[in-house]
Amino acid sequence: MSFLRNVRKWLDQRLGWDDLIAPLRKKAVPLHKLSYWYFLGGMTLFLFVIQVLTGILLLLYYRPGANEAFESVQYIMTQVQFGWLIRSIHSWSANLMIFTAFAHMFSVLFLKAYRKPRELTWVSGMILLFLVMGFGFSGYLLPWNTLAFFATKVGTEITGQVPAIGKPVMIFLRGGEEVTGATLTRFFGFHVAVLPGLATLLVLLHLLLVQHLGISIPPKLEVQWTANPSAKREMKFFPNFSLREMMAWYVALAVLGALAAVFPWNLGVKADPFVPAPAGIKPEWYFLFMFQTLKLIPPKVGFIDGEVLGVVAFGLIGLLWLLLPFFESDQPSHMKKWITGFSVFALAYVVGMSIYGYLAK
Amino acid sequence: MTADQPSQPKTTRRRAIELFLGGGLLASFTSFIYPVLRYLVPPAVADLGGDEVVAAKLTELKPNSGKIFRFGNHPGLLIRTASGDYRAMSATCTHLSCTVQYRDDLREVWCACHNGKYDLNGRNISGPPPRPLEAFEVQVRGDEIFVRRRREA
Amino acid sequence: MAISRNKLRPSSAARYAGLAGFIVLAACLGCGQSYGQTTNSCLDCHSALPDPLGVTQEKFSQDIHSQKGLTCASCHGGDPTADDPDKAMGRKAGWKGSIDRKQIPQLCGSCHSNPAYIRQFNPSLRTDQLDQYRTSVHGKRFAAGDTKVAVCTDCHSVHDLRVPSDPRSTVNPVNVANTCSRCHSDADYMKGYSIPTDQFAKYSTSMHHQALAVRGDLSAPTCTTCHGNHGAAPPGVDRVQNVCSNCHAFQAQMYEKSSHKKAFEAVSLPGCVVCHSNHGIRHPTDAMLGTGPDAVCMRCHTPGDACDQARAGLQTSLSQLDAAIKSADQVLSIAESSGMEVSEARLGQDQARDSLTKARVTIHSFRTDLVDHDIQAGMKIAAKDLQAAKGAMVERNHRRAGLGISLIAIGMVLAGLWLYIKKIES
Repeated sequence: MSFLRNVRKWLDQRLGWDDLIAPLRKKAVPLHKLSYWYFLGGMTLFLFVIQVLTGILLLLYYRPGANEAFESVQYIMTQVQFGWLIRSIHSWSANLMIFTAFAHMFSVLFLKAYRKPRELTWVSGMILLFLVMGFGFSGYLLPWNTLAFFATKVGTEITGQVPAIGKPVMIFLRGGEEVTGATLTRFFGFHVAVLPGLATLLVLLHLLLVQHLGISIPPKLEVQWTANPSAKREMKFFPNFSLREMMAWYVALAVLGALAAVFPWNLGVKADPFVPAPAGIKPEWYFLFMFQTLKLIPPKVGFIDGEVLGVVAFGLIGLLWLLLPFFESDQPSHMKKWITGFSVFALAYVVGMSIYGYLAK
Repeated sequence: MTADQPSQPKTTRRRAIELFLGGGLLASFTSFIYPVLRYLVPPAVADLGGDEVVAAKLTELKPNSGKIFRFGNHPGLLIRTASGDYRAMSATCTHLSCTVQYRDDLREVWCACHNGKYDLNGRNISGPPPRPLEAFEVQVRGDEIFVRRRREA
Repeated sequence: MAISRNKLRPSSAARYAGLAGFIVLAACLGCGQSYGQTTNSCLDCHSALPDPLGVTQEKFSQDIHSQKGLTCASCHGGDPTADDPDKAMGRKAGWKGSIDRKQIPQLCGSCHSNPAYIRQFNPSLRTDQLDQYRTSVHGKRFAAGDTKVAVCTDCHSVHDLRVPSDPRSTVNPVNVANTCSRCHSDADYMKGYSIPTDQFAKYSTSMHHQALAVRGDLSAPTCTTCHGNHGAAPPGVDRVQNVCSNCHAFQAQMYEKSSHKKAFEAVSLPGCVVCHSNHGIRHPTDAMLGTGPDAVCMRCHTPGDACDQARAGLQTSLSQLDAAIKSADQVLSIAESSGMEVSEARLGQDQARDSLTKARVTIHSFRTDLVDHDIQAGMKIAAKDLQAAKGAMVERNHRRAGLGISLIAIGMVLAGLWLYIKKIES
């Protein structure tokens, strides 16, 4: 113990350690029926760290390039000691992270934690959600198997549907008119450099904001506790909440290990641009709700092309969703009810469409 | 809690915590670090990069002979022509996917299943095969013969 | 307007009467226009006539002769530029009328056996069809006066004659068997000839038909592949194996050196056909070596003799290798579905299957030592693959054991954390 104290003193003399961590000592988590939802943000962060660590390990053996990518992943899965474990954890954790990111976003939405003064936290979080989906989309292509190749082809094709800017964006994403080895190189660059850089900055901003503004309390409870401060129940972040969070993270590790060992991620078949797309090609599950929606829109709506309408609609909805906090003022209003209703609808829609898309041929 | 807590349960409890937490942390970290450390050690079999394999050693093939080698998940055929140079191509017949062979008497690639014939560049010249065999690039480096898929543009 | 049905060889009077009515009809139909490259006034009336005088513009435009600029007059004589039927179909214009069956080969051959003439259209087209035809069974019987046998137009069709490479042509490989069967499967028509009429029915059950008509493999044999087209004739008992060996060269090589070749030739048995049949060639199975309904060896051999024992040995070897390959496949599938990577072993399985195929081909040498050589090679590979599969399963179990250990460690940490939390919060 005294050793640790000496280390602290050493750090404090050089970094001002005590002042740095002082606010952390005071950090508290509100305790109420819905407090369990507070775990989701930290879980997403933990899974992101897992991704970074396993990703760095994969970088030691992975080779980007149409001629080598598939074979290097095959090498990792079959020749490298525990390569199967690192790769499978990376793939499973990616999916779990996207799930927790969405769940975190929806819980913030329903707990109305985006209200003033936390608008920037929401905006940075939404951008992080988009980045996370970009991570998923770019990473999925890297093993260069048939499913990934065609999913990328379809996905970038849809991006190209956006009027005016769609085509240039598609060419930018693909590194050309078609999906080729150039696309793979580009996606690799996005996946290991561009997106991690942006994500790190935004995560830091997001965490600083949370630290600075404290953890949000649901609106009704906030009113009650302001009126009656003695009713307020809190838990210290260090060590109480963080110990619980550690338990949750260990459970996540157990789940990841089990998934990786019992359901290792498969290799697939190496991509061949000349083979026709397999029937019933679908994107990954986190894009299914959009994909299924586009499939259901009739080819022409009035004089507008159906797919264009769908893509533009999703873009607009995304933008509105990003700016959601700015539509809700402090004052009680009908807008609050609208937003709650819309949130419920959005959740039901995303879940329902995803299931539909999964089951559809 | 209460003022006079018996010290026995407390020590047992503390020991339990120390055992579970300390021991568990040590064990779990080991179970995480061990695979990572093993992972970091490069395997004995080098990864040559996907579309390249060592098909044979320099002294292995006599002129006017052929050898089947593994290329990815399919068989490949390496031929040393009578004049000494090397050709390589896919060994999966384009008719019904039998494995072809080099016939030193015919100086051609032959499929035993239905008498299909290909020339030394893989072109289908007789019998049922509808398409040529995919030709590969051959490179001799040192005493090893490397076969590589033709690079796409 | 009553349309009198014209006979094959109309007398002048009947012709006049019939056509008189149609000139009016033709006028109403806006004749005088020609659609083809060359003026072909014949179609102006004949496109409206009923069978057998009717040939529509649509039909004739499909004909390769029409596409090359020939007209009705090229075969039938007459003047295709004249609108007046008397002038068009006059003796002065060389009008031949409908062509008698007996004259068809000669008529077609007048161009198609003339290399100088055909060279103008397609220099690589053969010009020996008529010569070949004369050597065929059809040609020989035709020369002897039989008009029931096939002539050019029976197979190639007439007025809408397409090139053989056209999938709609009656002589395209995919359609040849149907064309031949029009006569050869017609029991009534074939009465009086001493050949069976079940060839097409049998062929339709065969592997070759499956490959050609169902899978679209144009290299698969049809009637003309083995019998010839213009020179169509059965191969002859002693020549059958030459025909089969064009594709099945390896089997033929084995058979050539075998004891069965001499034995069959000595009693004029038709080689390959004895065991495999000629038209209804099914996919051979190991049961052919057995004693059941599909067995071929026991049709001749006596139970218990040396050959029977060799046969039993061969069958056992083949089924052993087959079983070894299947059991390795089974374990590999389980390993693969548990997430293990077994592509190397799968490739080995392909080689093992190749050995089995080779063994089945070597059967045609009827030498157990040669067959065993191939079987042993295959068994070695299958054994190795089974080992690899079992190794994969062992590795899979190791992974699960490792997982179990780490889960225990994680469980300990969870218990410890929980206790610790309880402690600091009490």
